[in-house]
Amino acid sequence: MLSAAEVQRIRNDFPILAREVGGSPLVYLDSGATAQKPQCVIDAELDFYAHRNSAVHRGAHSLAVEATDAFESGRTAVADFVGAGIREIVWTKNATEALNVVALGLAHAAAGLGGPEAQRYRIGPGDSIVVTEMEHHANLIPWQQLARLTGARLRHLPLTDDGHLELGDLEEIVDTTTKVLAFTHASNVLGTINPVERLVARAREVGALTVLDACQSVPHLPVDLAALDVDFAAFSGHKMLGPTGIGVLYGRAELLDTLPPVLTGGSMITTVDMESAEFMPAPQRFEAGTQPVAQVAGLGAAVGYLSETGMADVAAHEAEIAGILVEGIDRVPGVRRIGPDASAARIASVAFDVEGVHAHDVGQVLDDAGIAVRVGHHCAQPLHRRYGLTATTRASASVYTTAEDCERFLTALAGVRPFFGVS
Amino acid sequence: MSDLQQLYQQVILDHAKQRYGNRPLLGGTGIDRSPQFGSSHQVNPTCGDEITVEAEIDPGTGALTVRWDGQGCSISMASASVLTEIAEDTGPEGFAAAEAAFHTLMHSRGQGEADEDVLGDAAAFQGVSKFPARIKCALLSWMALKDALAQAHAAGGDHA
Ligand SMILES: Cc1ncc(COP(=O)(O)O)c(C=O)c1O
Repeated sequence: MLSAAEVQRIRNDFPILAREVGGSPLVYLDSGATAQKPQCVIDAELDFYAHRNSAVHRGAHSLAVEATDAFESGRTAVADFVGAGIREIVWTKNATEALNVVALGLAHAAAGLGGPEAQRYRIGPGDSIVVTEMEHHANLIPWQQLARLTGARLRHLPLTDDGHLELGDLEEIVDTTTKVLAFTHASNVLGTINPVERLVARAREVGALTVLDACQSVPHLPVDLAALDVDFAAFSGHKMLGPTGIGVLYGRAELLDTLPPVLTGGSMITTVDMESAEFMPAPQRFEAGTQPVAQVAGLGAAVGYLSETGMADVAAHEAEIAGILVEGIDRVPGVRRIGPDASAARIASVAFDVEGVHAHDVGQVLDDAGIAVRVGHHCAQPLHRRYGLTATTRASASVYTTAEDCERFLTALAGVRPFFGVS
Repeated sequence: MSDLQQLYQQVILDHAKQRYGNRPLLGGTGIDRSPQFGSSHQVNPTCGDEITVEAEIDPGTGALTVRWDGQGCSISMASASVLTEIAEDTGPEGFAAAEAAFHTLMHSRGQGEADEDVLGDAAAFQGVSKFPARIKCALLSWMALKDALAQAHAAGGDHA
C-alpha cells in the first residue's frame, strides 16, 4: 500500500496537479479517459527531441543509432512490464488502432492475403465472433466490420444487473463456430474486472482466438499477458501515464508472424518488386512508415515510473480509492450507480446516474468546483442502453488520486440535485 | 453572477422543467397532418443526446405548430422549449430571424449581446457561449427545426 506521504510525493511528480480550475485546486477524476503525465515522461520526450532526434532503423549515423536505441529500449521496457517478449510488442497509434489491426488482419486473411500460413485465420459464413455487452466501441465496431466483411455472425455475452458478465450461457454463446472471443479485461464504465482465465479456457476449448482489451487493466493492475494466455491484447500509452499517439498491440509471437498486416509501405518489407513485396517478421511487419519515436521514449519512461512505484502498490491504492468512491456515491441521495460493489474485483472507475439531472449538467456543476469527471456514454452505448441510460457521469482514478480528491468530489456531488432544485 | 449561474439562469431551469412543445410526435402515427410537414432527428454524438423536432404548417392560416421529443441535458431541453415558443409565436420568418441571431450569439465566446426583441427567452442562453462544450447542446434543437421547416416548405411547394 502507498502511504499518504508516498501519494503526496507521487503527486509532486505531476505538474498539472498543481494547477487550479476556476479558482479551486484541480481534482482530476478523469484518468480513465486519459491519465496525467509525470515530469519524467514529459522530460523523456523533450530529451529525445533535444538530443537524439533522428530516423530509426534507417541510416548509419550516430544519431540514428541512438534514436533506434531509444525506440527499441522503449519496446523492451513495455514488453517486460506486461510479461511479453520484445517481438510480441507492436507499436500502434493507440489501442483502437491495435484492435483494428487484428480485426482487419483477419479480414485480410479471409480475403486470401497472407499465403498458406494465414489460412488458420480464415473466417466466414457459418463462423461467429463473440464480444461482450460491456465493450468500449473500440472493441466492438472493428468486430462488427469484420462480421460484415466476412459474413461471420457477431454474438455477445450479456451483462447482469450488477455489472458482471452473465456467463450462464458461455458454453452456448462461445461454441465450435466461434473464431474470435474479444473482451475487455476491465470495464471503463462499470469498473468490473472480468474473469480472463475462465473466458480464455472456453475459447481454447473451441479453438477461438482471444483478443483482450487491456486499456483499463495495464495502467491499474499488475498484468502478465503471457500468464493470462491471451492471443492478442491492446492498450494505450496515454492511459498509463504515457504520451498520446502511442499504443500497443500484443500478440503471441507465432501469431504475429503470420497475421497479414493491414498498414503496408516503408520499413515493413524485406524485398519489393513492381508486383509484390515480402514482409518482415513481427513486430516490424506491422510498423509501416515513420514511427512515433519520441512517444515511445515517453512511454518507456511511464512504465519505468509505474514499475518503480510497484504495480501491486498501485493496484492496492486504487482499490482503496475505488472503495471510497463506490461507498461514497452510494450514500448520496438520488444517485444510482451502475457496476459492482466495492467488495467485487474492480478498478476505480465508477459511473452513476443522478436522478432528474442529466450527466452533462452534473459534470458542469462539478467542474465549477474544479472537479474533472467524464460525462456521456464513455464510448459504450450498448452498455448504457442495457441499464436504461443514455449517459452517465464517471469518476475514475489513477495512482495520484487521493482520499481528499474523493471527499471533495462527493461533497460537490451531494450539491448537484439541490442546485437544480430536484429532490 | 458566477459563470455557472449565468449558464443556468432561472429561465433556463424553468424551461428545462416545463418543456414547451415536448409532446407526442405525429411522424408515423397515421394521424392526419398538414401536407406542409417536416421532421428532423438530430444527435449529439459526444453524449448520445437526441431530439426529434416536427414542424407542421397549417396550409390555410400559415400557422406553425412545433412538436418535439428527445432526451438531453437541461440546456438542450430548455433550448427546445424556448425555440418552440418563439417559432409558434412569430412563425417561420420570426424563427429564421431568431435562429440567425441565436447562432451568432452561441458562437460569440461570451462576448455577444443578446437582442431580446428577436430572441425572447433565448436571450438567457448568452451564458452558454462561454462554455464551448455546451454550445452544441443549445443548438441541437435549432438545427432540427431549421431542417424540419425546410422540409415542410419543400413539401408544400413553397419556395420562399
Ligand atoms: C476499455 C477501453 N478500450 C479502448 C479504449 C480506446 O482507447 P484509445 O482511444 O486510446 O484508442 C478505451 C479508452 O477510451 C477504453 O477505456
